[in-house]
Amino acid sequence: MKRTVVGAHYGMRDWLAQRLTALLMALYSVVLAVILVRGEPITYPVWKDLFAQGWMRVATLLFAVGLVWHAWVGTRDILMDYIKPDGLRLTLQVLALLLLGAYMGWAVQILWR
Amino acid sequence: MSSASAKKLRPKYLSLRALLFEIRLPLPGWVSILHRISGALLVFPFAAWLLYMLDRSLASEQGFQAVNSYLDLPLVKAGMLLFIWAYCHHLCAGLRFLLLDLNRGIELPAARRSSVAVLVVSLALTAFFGARLW
Repeated sequence: MKRTVVGAHYGMRDWLAQRLTALLMALYSVVLAVILVRGEPITYPVWKDLFAQGWMRVATLLFAVGLVWHAWVGTRDILMDYIKPDGLRLTLQVLALLLLGAYMGWAVQILWR
Repeated sequence: MSSASAKKLRPKYLSLRALLFEIRLPLPGWVSILHRISGALLVFPFAAWLLYMLDRSLASEQGFQAVNSYLDLPLVKAGMLLFIWAYCHHLCAGLRFLLLDLNRGIELPAARRSSVAVLVVSLALTAFFGARLW
């Protein structure tokens, strides 16, 4: 298999994923903001019912997946730009992946407890 | 290939002093670096903080009340305000970058105007949601 790691279009998939997940999260944010601002006052039953609905759980799961993917591309960009020693950069990248993986697991736990 | 590998060593002036006092960023530059900083803050600590509050508030009625009174603490409110600003700035600046990707508003005057708009709109949204929080 021939794999070009330099030149045009390398990184295109990450670039595109970052933007598509951004749109997904923006849409979710607007919907949630409207629900929070325009709906009835948020009491525990209202809050609980909102996250008990199937569509809300799935939408929030998609948001979490989008966030983790988006945040990984962004974190990697930042680490590539500012952290030059390879060992330190790799360590921080692994820690970032562990953190984002933990967020994902936590989110699933919260949504389907 | 050979031209890319024959890198010239260029002088760099990136001391902390230069970063803080000597390099003057234009407005689009501020929007850009704040987009990075807000993004980093949203990944950590804000995502963890919000997950913690979501977890507790959905776990039980008592948890929900606990988060409510937690959100009344002044320091927590200040933290939430910073979170709201980071989220709004990251969202607005991100939408601007999406438009720039589509070659919208790439001329200098338009780019300056849109960066002012991002800064102003995100601060206005922060004030709006902050007021709702209080």
